[in-house]
Amino acid sequence: MTDIKYAAPDTIEEAVAILAAANGSGRVLAGGTDLLVQLRAGIAKPGTIVDVKKIAEMTTITETDGAFRIGAAVSGAVIGEHEALRTLWPGVVEAINLIGSTQVQGRASPGGNLCNASPAADSVPAMVAAGATVTIQGPDGRRELPVEKVAAGPGRTNLAKGEIVVSFTLPKRPKGSGDAYLRLIPRTEMDIAVVGCGVSLTMDGDTCTAARVGLGAVAPLVLLVEDAAKALVGSKLDDAALEAAAEACRAACKPIDDKRGTIVYRTKIAGVLLKRATAIAAERARSH
Amino acid sequence: MSKLHVSTIINGEPTEFLCDGRQTVLDVLREQLSLTGSKEGCGSGDCGACSILVDGRLVCSCLMLGAEAEGKSIETIEGMASGEELHPLQKKFVEMAALQCGICTPGVLVASKALLDRNPDPTETEVRYWLAGNLCRCTGYDKIVRAVMDVAAEMRETAR
Repeated sequence: MTDIKYAAPDTIEEAVAILAAANGSGRVLAGGTDLLVQLRAGIAKPGTIVDVKKIAEMTTITETDGAFRIGAAVSGAVIGEHEALRTLWPGVVEAINLIGSTQVQGRASPGGNLCNASPAADSVPAMVAAGATVTIQGPDGRRELPVEKVAAGPGRTNLAKGEIVVSFTLPKRPKGSGDAYLRLIPRTEMDIAVVGCGVSLTMDGDTCTAARVGLGAVAPLVLLVEDAAKALVGSKLDDAALEAAAEACRAACKPIDDKRGTIVYRTKIAGVLLKRATAIAAERARSH
Repeated sequence: MSKLHVSTIINGEPTEFLCDGRQTVLDVLREQLSLTGSKEGCGSGDCGACSILVDGRLVCSCLMLGAEAEGKSIETIEGMASGEELHPLQKKFVEMAALQCGICTPGVLVASKALLDRNPDPTETEVRYWLAGNLCRCTGYDKIVRAVMDVAAEMRETAR
């Protein structure tokens, strides 16, 4: 078994330099709940592991003028204990907190969940619905990407060599906004989504003035379903609007048949979850 | 192979060890420090038999590298009793026979203590969800949950 070099730099610049120098054999370690499993299974064979948890920017949550910046390596447990985040972005927080057990929550991070690039990643549809952007740093400096542009396919990302996802930014929320994330699994927890759906809404009285919908586990990538959002915006979330949005979700699905669910089942459930998540998000929006 | 030198605190004792880049905290605890209370069940974070606290946070020691322990404070099952005096959870598990083969027990105890330290009055549902990452293949869950609920009630009574 080959030796692995372990580095735990204090700055993002150092982390990028070490990763870039590793020439493709470097892996970023945040919570390790995917990486260490892959390491043990022999799926990942890194020459260098770059532990990013000593980098302050990647392990803290900050709020500036109503916008939140969540370090990519902050654990689910810490995010779940953040009162302000829970109040303003309950859908994002519940999606992150659905990942794994209490023990896994003690380590697993939204940055890892995104970069593992599973189509069934729970936090990603909620982040997509929230309109989150990620800050990426690499050898050529910083860039921003919408969260839905980070994955390139199952297990693959659009990150270039030496690039690291540093943080997520959740935009400032207008009054009357709410979000929700629902996933279908055959039990109550500790499973992988058959379908996941994140909805974020802004309501003016009974009228929906803004919406974003993210769908997971129904295509190679987590989807931003713009047609579903269009069907909701301007409506009073009446049955016709909800059905149109559900149809848009069903139309966006390109799922696989596997042991967790068939194509037909996943497609149908995508519409069901859209309606249910919209109802929860709307209720939360009205109480804000 | 160059070894990494790690300084940490384990069950209150400053501890130093050498490890390589792929060894987990569980490997180090069991193989180098002879702290064999933490068990390896699955090695992939599913079963919770290797549960420990790191800076007060419940984690699977099989999913953490030994090198990451640098500067951290770790609590394992070995630190749960005070000398010969068992922790109330340990006593109750014995009294109520809340174990069968015992492999999952150290992890269940560490996880249960972490729960009661932050929530002294959990509902049964909260206990069950908190312990969802601790698998008992003898399926003795009911006794485990009842023991934790009992201890919580007794500890609240004592604290009064």
